[in-house]
Amino acid sequence: MAIIAKRPDSLREVSFTYCPGCMHGVAHRLIAETVDELGLKNQMTGVAPVGCSVFAYKFFDFDMAQAAHGRAPAVATGMKRARPEMNVFTYQGDGDLAAIGTAEIVHAANRGEHISVFFVNNAIYGMTGGQMAPTTLPGMKTTTSPYGRDANDIGYPVRVCELLNTLEAPYYIERVSLLSVPEIIKAKKAVQKALTYNKEGRGFTFIEFVSTCPTNWGLDPVKSQQWAKENMIPFFKPGVFRDKGTEGGQK
Amino acid sequence: MGNKVLMKGNEAVAEAAIRSGCRLYFAYPITPQSELIEYMAKMMPKVKGTFLQAESEVAAINMVYGAAGMGKRVMTSSSSPGISLKMEGISYLAGARLPAVIINVQRGGPGLGDIQPAQGDYFQATKGGGHGDYRLIVLAPSSVQEFADMASDSFDLADKYRVPVMILSDGLLGQMMEPVEFKEYKTDKEIEELGKQHYDWCIHTNEDGKGHHHNEINSLEIDPNVLERHVLNLEQIYKEIEKNEVKHEEYNINDNNEFVCVAFGTAARIVKSAIDDLNAEGRNIGLIRPITVWPYPYKEIAKTIHGNVKRVFVFELNLGQMVEDVKLAVNGKVPVEFMGKVGGLVFTPEEIKEKIKAYL
Ligand SMILES: Cc1ncc(C[n+]2csc(CCOP(=O)(O)OP(=O)(O)O)c2C)c(N)n1
Ligand code: SF4
Ligand SMILES: [Mg+2]
Repeated sequence: MAIIAKRPDSLREVSFTYCPGCMHGVAHRLIAETVDELGLKNQMTGVAPVGCSVFAYKFFDFDMAQAAHGRAPAVATGMKRARPEMNVFTYQGDGDLAAIGTAEIVHAANRGEHISVFFVNNAIYGMTGGQMAPTTLPGMKTTTSPYGRDANDIGYPVRVCELLNTLEAPYYIERVSLLSVPEIIKAKKAVQKALTYNKEGRGFTFIEFVSTCPTNWGLDPVKSQQWAKENMIPFFKPGVFRDKGTEGGQK
Repeated sequence: MGNKVLMKGNEAVAEAAIRSGCRLYFAYPITPQSELIEYMAKMMPKVKGTFLQAESEVAAINMVYGAAGMGKRVMTSSSSPGISLKMEGISYLAGARLPAVIINVQRGGPGLGDIQPAQGDYFQATKGGGHGDYRLIVLAPSSVQEFADMASDSFDLADKYRVPVMILSDGLLGQMMEPVEFKEYKTDKEIEELGKQHYDWCIHTNEDGKGHHHNEINSLEIDPNVLERHVLNLEQIYKEIEKNEVKHEEYNINDNNEFVCVAFGTAARIVKSAIDDLNAEGRNIGLIRPITVWPYPYKEIAKTIHGNVKRVFVFELNLGQMVEDVKLAVNGKVPVEFMGKVGGLVFTPEEIKEKIKAYL
């Protein structure tokens, strides 16, 4: 019998802790498949954040670290500097990366640390039960913005790719979405590019996944995807912001 | 060996750390420790080490966490306000059982305080500071030589027990120049061997031919029963440390002491000259200087309180922090008097003599 689909080698046989319909699992799979394909498993390592993906350190089948909330880029910096022969990524949510960890991500990017950052933007604090995130959309209701996010009071959502794209050092910055199969296939290509650049020691690579949180959005997985397409995509537009590996460097 | 050089404490400890095999250093500038970070900036590239000026102390301690997780000797340094920022990371280091060295060149507080020497961070260093049940091994130097020697001691202790170690210094020791003698540089081969002792738990490639491993650098245990085991295991390690690693200095401690003083670090230097004067006048006063302030020399202090000792004096550059540990050690056998100096000021031997003479 031919095997046409299987668990990637780089994922351990440990059950995910994610809700049904959550996209963290999809993002994990894209990373694990790519690590396998690039033959990186033996020198790969990563940093799990604080957020729903806090247990990512258990899921990948290579050595992993778990960082304090927001500090993964600093931890990854120390790791890469200590063992440059290894390939290092961080995996972070929007609260982790764009609120409490803003300084760490901006400066890791600005130094051009030779790491890959996988950023899962679901516009909410999933793990702590649906509070407002720095990426929560204007008008969007969360447990800490019960009347809807008032942009005049608390500001507009942070567009991280655009922000990092003002810096000189980053090598590759792309925003993709996980909202449909074709989008996931595109996302896979972005992950492949990021980890290939990582393997080649080109510099700092950053992928944002526009994602969903059915549980805290109070929508089923299909409706969540629809909602995200209609509301998140217009604000967080997918695209390549920076690719120094292509002719001309920038899109 | 054998060659004495005149150096500031901040530079001496940095040089000694490099000689002990530290090849990774992450920090953020702050007075009065800036000579340390500047020395590292200058010297690390010469030994093909990593010097990185982080964006904050928070980032620096997390870089330390990352590098320590790779099983490498790594250090950071700061002064009081910056050490407060490192507390989150220190708790994580302790929770994840990572060996690392942190230097605090203390200054006056609270808040921004000033940039003069102080010992106001004793509680923070020895009683917690970060969250959760954890301990740091805390070494308190009292001379530039000792400050430098503590660099290699602290890396050895950190490696031996897989715990973070702090050197609790102050602005005076950091800035002061004294002759210092260094140990030989560890060779690259020796440094590599040091790293290998951690291969059973640290992050490293799967290319060492010893079979596949999945090591986790982590302080999270979501199951209370598992976390309980983890914390009780930490407790066992801390008990081992308390049993094996207490260090103190006795200065004119004898069976006929009428008074015993207790002081650490810079304060102890001044107390020594004060009691020298008093002893020259015919008194018999001794000094106990804790070298490890955690684990604390409770038993060693208790042993000196015999029938002739009438009183114990504690001198600190704070409002009275270590005095609580001295009282635990003395356990009510004799009165314990305290004299502190704050604001980044340092008491004179005269002030100390006056305090003691009031009880003659
Ligand atoms: C210092 C600190 N502050 C707050 C928390 C609580 N906390 C845990 S996860 C989280 C938010 C995570 O949200 P996000 O990064 O968006 O990840 P998601 O769960 O949505 O994937 C918060 C605030 C913490 N663990 N540590
Ligand atoms: S709470 Fe949201 S982000 Fe977290 S696992 Fe569930 S669906 Fe995913
Ligand atoms: Mg989120």
